[in-house]
Amino acid sequence: MTNIVEFHNVRKSYGAVEVLKGVSLSVPRGSVVALIGRSGSGKSTALRCVNGLEDIQAGELHVCGRRLHEPGTNLRELRKEVGIVFQSYNLFPHKTVEENITLSPRLTRGLSKAQAHEVAQRVLAQVGLSDKANAYPEQLSGGQQQRVAIARSLAMEPKLMLFDEVTSALDPELTGEVLKTIEALAKQGMTMVLVTHEMAFAKRVANQIVFMHQGVVWETGDGSMFDTPKTPELRNFIGNGL
Amino acid sequence: MGTSLTLAHYLLILQGAVWTIILSLMGFVGGTVVGLPIAIGRISQSKALRRCLSFYIALIQGIPLPILMFLCYFGISVAGFNLPALVAAGMAMTAYSSAYLAEIWRGALQSVPKAQWEAAECLALTRTQRMWHVILPQAVKISIPPTIGFLVQIVKNTSYAVVIGFAELTYTARLINNSTFKPFIVFSIAAALYFALCYPLSHYARRLERKLKRA
Repeated sequence: MTNIVEFHNVRKSYGAVEVLKGVSLSVPRGSVVALIGRSGSGKSTALRCVNGLEDIQAGELHVCGRRLHEPGTNLRELRKEVGIVFQSYNLFPHKTVEENITLSPRLTRGLSKAQAHEVAQRVLAQVGLSDKANAYPEQLSGGQQQRVAIARSLAMEPKLMLFDEVTSALDPELTGEVLKTIEALAKQGMTMVLVTHEMAFAKRVANQIVFMHQGVVWETGDGSMFDTPKTPELRNFIGNGL
Repeated sequence: MGTSLTLAHYLLILQGAVWTIILSLMGFVGGTVVGLPIAIGRISQSKALRRCLSFYIALIQGIPLPILMFLCYFGISVAGFNLPALVAAGMAMTAYSSAYLAEIWRGALQSVPKAQWEAAECLALTRTQRMWHVILPQAVKISIPPTIGFLVQIVKNTSYAVVIGFAELTYTARLINNSTFKPFIVFSIAAALYFALCYPLSHYARRLERKLKRA
């Protein structure tokens, strides 16, 4: 299978409210897919389904060869292959940057202290924060914390990375450094799904843009869909966004 | 008129204070050993376990400590074991503090943001690993001021061991008063000793709380 993620008519409700009303989309290996849309359109929920943070009620969801719509999926194994970065960083405040990064590799992959240290050095260099290994999260700026969160995810050597509005909590001047980090990852061939409000970034980096509206995939395309939107909803959304 | 206090009296009351400290420590250590697993169990995914533990807490909190002392002292001797008062008092203090410490710590565990659980979950950590490496260390920090505050309650409430004749501070003070008939002096000394034990604790708890609020 060349698709690393496949949604087939996926439905998801919170109580009586249906958030995903039959979502179908696929993410080919090595590609970058951007999910855009208004708040409440279901894009973040769709992303969270991919690593099993939300379960689905109907449809099929394949991620890294696992069938998430079937009960008994080993979510821990899935999460070794699928990294996620959140809007609010969610670093562990009582651990240093390096400890944040090495915690899971040491526990879940059984790396020795020295091996984990090497991994931390490598991923910190990747996000340009080699000198911050011994800092605590509170000593870093929001942009730096988010880059550490990305490094923490990379240390798991994931096959797929998910980004959930990772720049929404950042000042404009800090947004750039995080986007640059993500763009560099894309160039290295990392498969990524990102929920974002940065339209210019989505247009530049994503191979495929998915516009979600009212719980379904409303329109998909490449960067050119911003110039020639097919649906009035997308035109409207872009009109407000830019 | 009573007789005046001799050096032996002072030594006896100090000895009582030492037993109060020992009983307090037993209550705290026992309360921690029993209370921490209860706190963790109270946020377990098993509803049955949560209910059982919540019943235990309600039960202990709904029984006056002197009755717990009697239950441990006489109840267990009825069952055929002859316990020294120290062990019975230690058991009662353990039961008492475990119920309250468990609630303090459950609150601390639950005040760690849910996003921390989620982040740890997304890093493929097991529930035990999440608890041990991510949640507990943060909860400990949150719970230190109220825990030290509760130590004051433990120290003061060891005085209920008087009902089963355990020779702690209150008991020895009463003993000395019975032979000297100087209640005001004797109980003032006891009060001063209790205060000397409790004040540093509550002062320290307040300072820690301020410090953590600033951090």
